[in-house]
Amino acid sequence: MSARRIPASQDPVRPRPSAEITVTLDGERYGGLEGQTLAGVLLGSGRLSWRTTSVAGSPRGVFCGIGVCFDCIAEVNGERDVRLCQRRAADGDELRTQHDALPVPVEDEDPPTATSDGAGS
Amino acid sequence: MTGGTPVGVLVIGAGPAGLAAAEAALDAGARVTLLDASDATGGQYWRHLPEERAGEHEARLHHGFARYERLRDRVVGDAACTVLLGSAVWSVERSAAAGSGFTVNVATGRVDAARAAMSALEPEAIVLATGAHDRTLPFPGWELPGVFTGGAAQALAKGERVRVGERVVVAGAGPFLLPVAESVAESGARVIEVVEANRLGRIVRGWAPKPWRLLGARAKVGELVGYVSGFLRHRIPYRMGAAVVAAHGTDRVEAVTIARLDTDWRPIPGTERRVAVDAVCVSHDFTPRLELAIAAGCALDERRFVVVDDSQETTVPHVFAAGEITGIGGVDLAMAEGAVAGAAAAGRTPSRNAVRRRRVFSDFAGRISAAHGIRSGWHHWLHDDTIVCRCEEVGYGRLCSTAASTDAEGLRSLKLSTRAGLGICQGRICGRTVEELLVAASPGDRFLDSVSTDRRPIVAPQRLGDLASLGDGPESP
Ligand SMILES: Cc1cc2nc3c(=O)[nH]c(=O)nc-3n(C[C@H](O)[C@H](O)[C@H](O)COP(=O)(O)OP(=O)(O)OC[C@H]3O[C@@H](n4cnc5c(N)ncnc54)[C@H](O)[C@@H]3O)c2cc1C
Ligand code: FES
Repeated sequence: MSARRIPASQDPVRPRPSAEITVTLDGERYGGLEGQTLAGVLLGSGRLSWRTTSVAGSPRGVFCGIGVCFDCIAEVNGERDVRLCQRRAADGDELRTQHDALPVPVEDEDPPTATSDGAGS
Repeated sequence: MTGGTPVGVLVIGAGPAGLAAAEAALDAGARVTLLDASDATGGQYWRHLPEERAGEHEARLHHGFARYERLRDRVVGDAACTVLLGSAVWSVERSAAAGSGFTVNVATGRVDAARAAMSALEPEAIVLATGAHDRTLPFPGWELPGVFTGGAAQALAKGERVRVGERVVVAGAGPFLLPVAESVAESGARVIEVVEANRLGRIVRGWAPKPWRLLGARAKVGELVGYVSGFLRHRIPYRMGAAVVAAHGTDRVEAVTIARLDTDWRPIPGTERRVAVDAVCVSHDFTPRLELAIAAGCALDERRFVVVDDSQETTVPHVFAAGEITGIGGVDLAMAEGAVAGAAAAGRTPSRNAVRRRRVFSDFAGRISAAHGIRSGWHHWLHDDTIVCRCEEVGYGRLCSTAASTDAEGLRSLKLSTRAGLGICQGRICGRTVEELLVAASPGDRFLDSVSTDRRPIVAPQRLGDLASLGDGPESP
């Protein structure tokens, strides 16, 4: 088995009911709740990974969960490099898995290129 | 960019330290701007469900949640306080601005979306309260899906009500493993065991000296006792002197190897055992988020925390620091430091109560590192093909052979030739580990160019289009 969202009926925290939403990842549908992050929706549906790495082509999903590691990035509604653990899900969000050629090194004195501009690609 | 907005005391980070700083500055009569990259206040400690799903019994997941709610209501409800959420500070630069002499550049908007609203603030004084993130040491297989940091497990349990797996091992070092295990168990997973690298002897020696000093920190001790009773309730074994030395699986983690460690954290051959899991949560320490402090020119101590004086002022006038960036000491210390910093930033003498609390809890920081700090024997659980830099997928063998074959003595050139630490996370995850391993593999014991991996001129990722638009004059509405 795998990661799962705690069913509201069994949750001692009693979260306020919020609207059900659906997002797609490469066309496949995943159900979640308003207020979840996109990573929360995917993990909560049992999906553990959604990116393949540049060198080894190995799968990645959430690692740090707080926006630091960038393992969880994917394309969201046409914009690349979105950290799914930080982005709140909106009903109808369309996600695509990302597989990139090796990224350009970021060096101390170089201009900032931590993410590329989705609009430019 | 010129013509920023003048603000009074600017508090960067709305975790325990930042909230306490904002409160103290407001109490002192200052105008305050409190901002956080996240769309909620509370920081890592009080991460909670979003408003849409607010939990009726959310306090169950937290220690001192009522304290958070009171602090939040006090700060957010004050007309003299502007709260900017979803607002990441991406750079701090010296400028001709009055007051602190710094311009603070902020991007507000949906996370990683183009067309963020860019603004520039010119504060009278700055309180840096940017916190820390988990430091997880590499081990074979740590890149497999299903391997999480302890912080991720916390964030998912508290902020999403998602449990990371059904059979979970929690491992690493330090008291932080306790709340991680508790929230994983509370989320309905079975915590098979908690594995702490240090042995009982060191933990006792680290925590025990001058025990009367802990008296002032009874609440903290009570919190620890709470975890122990939770462990008993959930029947979670707590093993000391052991570590997860490998994770196994092809597309996801299916098992881990746990080995006993000697006192220096070196795995003891023949003690390995394999445990089936579907998730493992590993944290060995915390790394302070120092980018803004470094950009502002604040000095760091030899352990690489921000140096502050009695009023929490850094070596740069008008720039104060509080919370985990000045040392890893837990929530109470973070709040006491915040209260001192906020008052001082507003030009007032900090309250004696805050100064006393800071003294009581600063004791904790020293005990934590004496009892749980990382020991170098962990290098021995690495193999040549163990990935060290997750972004660039640089293996330990390549790192060592490059370090040995080049006579490069600078971190910068070693990074360029190995590519380690140059990926999209900008070395946040592996930076300190890469430095430590390169030092161990190089002839000298110190990098001549002293370029630290903590230095990142751009703090938060910005889309090139958004940066380019800054040159286009005033923003269109
Ligand atoms: C994921 C995680 C979970 C934790 N859970 C626990 C726990 O359960 N129990 C425990 O005892 N300790 C926990 N800790 C340790 C915890 O860090 C401290 O106890 C406490 O939260 C420290 O408070 P702080 O205010 O210094 O930092 P934080 O709480 O980390 O707050 C810092 C804030 O600054 C913001 N920030 C950082 N950089 C920027 C920027 N450039 N622009 C805008 N905002 C920025 C961050 O978004 C964050 O909200 C956790 C740590 C982590 C990383
Ligand atoms: S999981 Fe690390 S950035 Fe999202």
